[in-house]
Amino acid sequence: MTTPLIETKGLKKYFNTPGGSLHAVDNVDLKISSGETLGVVGESGCGKSTLGRTILRLVDATAGEVLYDGQNILNFSQQQMRDVRMNMQMIFQDPFTSLNPRLSVGEIIADPIEVSRTVRGRREIREKVRELMDVCGLPERYVNTYPHELDGGRRQRIGMARALALNPKFIVCDEPVSALDVSIQAQILNLLMDLQQSKGLSYMFITHNLCVVRHISNRIMVMYMGNVVEVASRDDLFSHPTHPYTKALLSAIPTTDLSRRNSARQILKGEVANPVDPKPGCRFNPRCPYATKSCQEQQTLKEIASGHYVACSVFAG
Amino acid sequence: MVWFRFKKNKLAMIGLVLLLIMVAAILAAPLFVDEKAVSAQKIMNRFQKPGGAHIFGTDQFGRDLFARIIYGGRISLFAGLAVVCISFIVGCSLGGAAGYFGGLVDTVIMRVVDMLMAIPAMLLSMAVVAALGPGVDKLIIALSIAQIPRFTRVVRASILSLRNQEFVEAAKCCGTNSARIILKHILPNGMGPVIVSATLTLGQVIINIASLGFLGIGVSSPTPEWGTILSENKINIRYYPYLGIIPGICIGLSVMAVNFIGDGLRDALDPRTKN
Repeated sequence: MTTPLIETKGLKKYFNTPGGSLHAVDNVDLKISSGETLGVVGESGCGKSTLGRTILRLVDATAGEVLYDGQNILNFSQQQMRDVRMNMQMIFQDPFTSLNPRLSVGEIIADPIEVSRTVRGRREIREKVRELMDVCGLPERYVNTYPHELDGGRRQRIGMARALALNPKFIVCDEPVSALDVSIQAQILNLLMDLQQSKGLSYMFITHNLCVVRHISNRIMVMYMGNVVEVASRDDLFSHPTHPYTKALLSAIPTTDLSRRNSARQILKGEVANPVDPKPGCRFNPRCPYATKSCQEQQTLKEIASGHYVACSVFAG
Repeated sequence: MVWFRFKKNKLAMIGLVLLLIMVAAILAAPLFVDEKAVSAQKIMNRFQKPGGAHIFGTDQFGRDLFARIIYGGRISLFAGLAVVCISFIVGCSLGGAAGYFGGLVDTVIMRVVDMLMAIPAMLLSMAVVAALGPGVDKLIIALSIAQIPRFTRVVRASILSLRNQEFVEAAKCCGTNSARIILKHILPNGMGPVIVSATLTLGQVIINIASLGFLGIGVSSPTPEWGTILSENKINIRYYPYLGIIPGICIGLSVMAVNFIGDGLRDALDPRTKN
């Protein structure tokens, strides 16, 4: 098997808080091959965004490895990191805070190019900016406008153009559509998918919107309180959800199917447990309707079908 | 672009023109006022009303007030502006570093700043002048040190609110170094309150120079300086009010001009303000 583009091994990120250490990301192993989209879903605060930021070294990992093309980038020096960064970019959730309000659209897109010095010369940079704007569906006349003059969808296109400026191979999309109107969401998602095809990009697509993740992902990873509870290909996950949390999550998707109108929803009781110094064992077990004694033990991901991994001692035995 | 927006702001342009006129008059002073007139005393001519041979009148020693004001501006206005510039630059770098890096850097810088703040600004300047010796340059250093804490705190506060913004993360993401992040992405967004604070400081610095002069530290009589002129005439102000009003107007006008410029600059630098 070829080396995956991005791989993490036992990646951990703990935050020190006055109450103890907060386990935001705990023992995450994942693989993303080139050209693939890995959807990461989970409720708010489950560590999805922290995972993305840890992979890009925007926050320092507590332990574990992040391999880019088989090399552990967590040990890289700043100089080495600069080269790797050109291949790993991020698209942010909120298009209102992710763009510097003092810079014009052209300046925002040109900034990464100037920093990395991949293109030199004023005219060449302007040409590249124009090309990026065109790729992202931004009319050229916006080059001298400022972000506050544009709507959310266009701003998100600027964020995408900026991320593409360095010709990356891997992009972390941190809820890129959740701040947008539904009609704009579809445009942005389709643009992301078109770009993936034409440039061979890999995405790690973080979201809490299950419809979006179904639309865009090849594989889906479900997170709960910093742990990966289930990983499977998109179709497997939606047709055979195995972990009780995944089941509950999927049953929460609103449906327009009238025959299922009165079927019971699986509604979770209780709240997410405190992620500060959590107890060992399955983190979902206080809310899990199927919890048994074995749930108090450390859970590991087990392969129940080809490419379908579940961390549950009850269902994956 | 900034200049284009600045030009549209009438008040700011008035401020700029006013300040330029004052600076030009002060610089060109030797052309139309003899420097000797500054301290030449003629008791016979004391307390002449403004107008006539002495446009601003004369003081209790018969010295020409116009000459004293125009030469005094060299110290008041230029030293004042220099102090504001120095403390602005040093405060921005210290506050920028403290706010952006946090942790140990922040603790060290802010504790030193706290120490400076614990001493009253006037006492601190007196101590520095006493240590360095007399002279206008030493005076500028002393007053700058006293003003740095204020800038450091304002800059740090505005940076703290910006450093976790997503556009800063985006800049880190493409390998931007810290200096460029602070200078290009953070400071321009946090400049508003800092510029306002800087323009307000000028007035205080001019008063501080005067207070030090009054205490006999820094600039002392007969060398003129707006604050000193005010303080040495204060006993006569009741009967000869022009002796207080004229230097007061000079201080007020320069502070106002700088304030207008500061406000205009703040708006011109922010593309979000409508014009």
